[in-house]
Formats: sequence, structure tokens, C-alpha cells
Amino acid sequence: MIRLSRTQAKIVERILATIPLALGVAVAAFIFMRAIPGDPVDIMMGEAAWTSEEEMAALRGEMGLDEPMHVQLWTYLKQVFKWDLGYSIVRSRPVADIIREALPATIELAVFAMLFALAVGIPIGVASALNPNSFMDRVGTCLSLVGVSLPAFWLGIVGILIFSMILGWLPTSGRIAYGAQPAHVTGLLVLDALITGNLPALGNALKHICLPMITLGLGVAAVVARVTRSSMLDVLSADYVQFARAKGVPERDVTCRHALRNAMIPTVTLVGLQFGSLLGGNMIVETIFGWPGLGRVVVDAIFARDYPVVQASVMVYALTFVLINLVADIIHTVLDPKISL
Amino acid sequence: MGHVSIPSDELCKGVISTARTVPYVRASRRRGTVKRLLAHGGGRTGLIIVAAFVLVAVLAPVIAPYAPDEVDLDSWLIPPGFGSGHLLGTDQLGRDILSRIIYGSRVSILVGLTTILISSVVGIGLGMLAGYYGGALDRVLARFTELLLAFPYLIFVIAIMSVIGPGFWNLVWALSFKGWVEFYRLARALTMSEKNREYVDAARALGRSDGVILVREILPNISNSMLVLGTLRMGNMIMTESSLSFLGLGIPPRIPAWGSMIADGRRYMLGAWWVATLPGIALALLVLGMNLLGEGLRDVLDPKMMEG
Repeated sequence: MIRLSRTQAKIVERILATIPLALGVAVAAFIFMRAIPGDPVDIMMGEAAWTSEEEMAALRGEMGLDEPMHVQLWTYLKQVFKWDLGYSIVRSRPVADIIREALPATIELAVFAMLFALAVGIPIGVASALNPNSFMDRVGTCLSLVGVSLPAFWLGIVGILIFSMILGWLPTSGRIAYGAQPAHVTGLLVLDALITGNLPALGNALKHICLPMITLGLGVAAVVARVTRSSMLDVLSADYVQFARAKGVPERDVTCRHALRNAMIPTVTLVGLQFGSLLGGNMIVETIFGWPGLGRVVVDAIFARDYPVVQASVMVYALTFVLINLVADIIHTVLDPKISL
Repeated sequence: MGHVSIPSDELCKGVISTARTVPYVRASRRRGTVKRLLAHGGGRTGLIIVAAFVLVAVLAPVIAPYAPDEVDLDSWLIPPGFGSGHLLGTDQLGRDILSRIIYGSRVSILVGLTTILISSVVGIGLGMLAGYYGGALDRVLARFTELLLAFPYLIFVIAIMSVIGPGFWNLVWALSFKGWVEFYRLARALTMSEKNREYVDAARALGRSDGVILVREILPNISNSMLVLGTLRMGNMIMTESSLSFLGLGIPPRIPAWGSMIADGRRYMLGAWWVATLPGIALALLVLGMNLLGEGLRDVLDPKMMEG
């Protein structure tokens, strides 16, 4: 028997707790898709008026759609337990393949958007907190308020107009130019290009991700700046920071080593929460920039009533969301030993 | 008011007469709130922006220079300017953009307001019950809200809208379906901390029923936080409404909404930037106003409330 520390046991417990949650989401997605009118056969044959009722019934029989609901649910759950995500009704391909292709694109965009948000948000937040109520602070506060209020889909369109159409600096859509793909390693194009040392592909992929990343990340950058500012202000007035100053620690070390580390705790929580919403909420940005990610797959599948694809993607989203929150909690305990899981 | 150890008739009278004066106290406090809000720079700006948009929405038929759906194919895609009689230009069908933006504010404000009202009534009601009684109801609701939070929100709303079709009430129901969760969580947490306070003990000692305690005692004490949350969430709801209208899943196309105007203008972006850009600025301005107002209210009413 392996002996676990208390924290390790808690982590295992949390991971196990995701299983009923994932099952709940799977069942909810199943019921939800069946509750909405029109099945895949209706949608596929909608325009083909010559298909007879008998033929449509036969097609339903082939797909197992004529079985009673509880039998369909049971079959579906059995499949899920075997890690078999089923077959896309519309695309006639295994759902697992579709998700395997689309998920890296979504993750890559979300990660880049988050990196952008942190790279922009944290310096602005720290600079504002170091000189509260200064001109810099006012500008930072204003910018972050405007950043939160700008609609992403509008920002994307204006960005395309300025940087792609007028200036011609960046491409309007897609992940990478046709034929420029690096060899497949992880599916994350920028990472693959780095691993294989394919510099032209790297440049091309970075150019493509630039606008979507900013569009998706700007709102998060604004929130990161605000949370960093307020937690930094709290920490800077704490006794231990005053003490470090009194001890004669150089101001730079006070800021970077004593204050920043503690001020990052609320930011980490925020990153966890926002990352989930970046993953789940980027389908609009994916639509605008023709980004071949999971968001677009789901939206298309919803319209086509492609049950297996919707069910599986929703489950993938939910699991990712829960796992990211778990990771954020673990980082939390590392940054602040007082917090336990 | 300390712990009620001797529930004498005298004491009861005192408490009851204090309770009767509460409405007056509250009214004057409300005037104080407005005054303090006006003294708060951001809050004042937010209030002015939101009030201006509400005024524009209410007076839309009076102030809009054209009917929002008046098609004039002779004057399509006129750029903004003073000479043409179309201050903000026209779209691809020659419709006046200023008039459409003015009418579009009605959709945004109505959807935002209705969604927040429904979400807050459901969320506060369930949250107070769960926080006050705990037990099985609380556990069931905890699991249910966990499930809702793990379910990607936008997919959910898109799925609903793709089925029931675009429409005002359809949109409001789809947005409210998950919108109540935040109100629920805050109301539950606040009720749990309020229910052990002395004034609740006093009311209980006076033999007040649970319903009266919840509505007359606890609700007034958590309503400030709820108002702040509602204002802060409203901007978000307006943004989601526009995103859905942008995807063609929100408000039916014949009603002018900012999201669908932006989607329309997208195709003419290079030659006629104003068609898509101007409604977006209106949207950003309204959301900014709501956020400023919400934060102003938070600073004035509830300085302890957490960010975000």
C-alpha cells in the first residue's frame, strides 16, 4: 500500500471527484441533445424531399436512433467507459479523430491568449500599484476598464480591417498557410515548429495566431491587471514588506521577491477560472478568424444535430475546465503553504 | 441589540416600533447613496452614460431621424458626415445607421434588464433557501450548480438558440438559465453568515416565521450586494446578447440589434468601415457605463465585496 501525504490524498480525491462530474455532464449533454427537436436524419434529409418515410426509418434503425431513450443512453455510457467516443453521424468519422484534430488548435489559442494577458496585465497591474493614483495608474485603470468592455467579436473585425486589409501585415484567417505545416508532433503548431526547427513554419504560425490571441486575450489582460493591482496594493502595505524595507532590502528585491510572489496568489486563481472560459468561450473568435478549433466543431455539430460530436466535445470541455481548476488549486498551495486543498 | 435573553413585552414593543421606522431610514439612506455615487468619479460617469442610453432607448421614436428599417437603395453605404442628412452614414440597404443604433439600444437594455431580473429573483430565492435551511436542498443545488458551471456556457446558449430560434424571450430564457447561478452563490453565502446574527435571533425569539425572517429581515441586509452584482453582471449579459445576435442566434434580423448590425457590416468592412464599427462603439460604451456604475455602487454600498 502506497502511503500518501495529506495533500497527495486530497489531489487524488479531487481527481476521482471529476469522474461523477464528467458522467453527469455526459448524461446532461445526452438528454439535452435529445430534448431538442429534430434528429440527425431530419437535418440530413431536410432538403432531400424524395426520401420516403421508410427510408428515413431504415436510416434511423442503422444509427440506433429508433431504440428507446434509456437503451440509447445505456449504450452511450458503455461506450464512454470504454473510451469509445462513437462515430460522427454527419462526417462519418470517429469522433475521437475530430476532437484530436481540433482540440490542439483551441488549446494553442487559449494558451497564447493567456500568455498575452499575463504579459500585458501583470506589468500594468504592478506598475499601477507601485505608484498608486499617479498618472500611470490612472491610465492603467482606464485602459483595463475599456479592455473589459470591448466586445471580442467587434475587436476581431476591426483588427482584421486595420492589420490585415489596410496594412496587410497579418493574415485574415486560418492557423497556418497551406503547405507550410511543420511535421506533426503535438498538434500545437508553434511548438511543433520549434521542436522540428522549422523556422518558416514558426514565423507563419505566429503571424496567424497574433490577431486571434490579442482579440481573445485583451479582456483577460484587463482583468489580470486589475486583480494584480489590488492584490499588490494589499501586499505592499503588509507588515512583512514594511519590515523588509526597514531592514534595508533594496526596493527592487522587496517588489520582486517579497511582494510579487504573494500578490500572485489571487492572479493564479483568476488564471484558472479565466482559462476555462477562454477554452469554452472562444468559439466566436474561432468563427471570426476561421480558426479550426473545437468551438467551431461544436457549433457546426449543434446545427447538424451530430449527437456524438456534441456529447463528446462538451465532456472534453467540462473535464478540461475541472482539471484546470485543480491545477490552479495545486499551484495555490505551492505559492501559499497556508492554503490547503 | 444584544442577545434576547428576556423576551418581555416591553422589549418586543421596542423591536417592533424600530422595525416600523426602517422604511424611512431606508429612504433617506437611498438618497445618501445617490449623493455618494455622484461624488464617486467613476460611478458618476457610469450613471451618466447609462442614463443617457436609457433615455435614448425610451425616446427612440422621437429622436431617431429615420425609421430604423427604412430602406433607401439610392443612398446606400453613404459615409458619415454632415452633408448627406445621415450623420453616421448608411448601411448596404441605405438604412440610417444612427437611427438603427438608437433603436438597437432598446434591445440591449431590455434583454439585459429582463435577464438580470429573472436571474436575480431565481438565484436570490434559491440561494436564501439553501443558505438558511442547508440540508438536502443545499446539497442537491450544490451538485446542480457545479454541473452547470462545468458545462460550457456559450455552447449551451447556442444549442438552445439553434433549436428554439431567434427571439426576445427565447434569448432571455437561454441567458437566464445559467445567469442565476452567480446570484445563487452570493445569496447563499451571505444568508449563511447573516442567519446567525443577533437581529435574526431577535426576530426568531419574537416568534416570526421563517418566511418573514427571510423576506423582512435577511433580504434587506443582503440587497445591496445583490444590487452591485446585478449591475456588474448586466454589462456582461448585454455583451453575450450581442455576441449571439452577431452569430445570427439572438434577436430576429428584422429588429435592429447591435450584434446583427456588426455582422451585416462585416462584409463591407474594407469599403465601408462605419457599418460595423459604429454599433460596436455604442455597445462598448454602454458596457463600459454599466461596469463603471457597478463599481461605483460597489465602492459606495459594499466596499468589502470581492472583486470579480
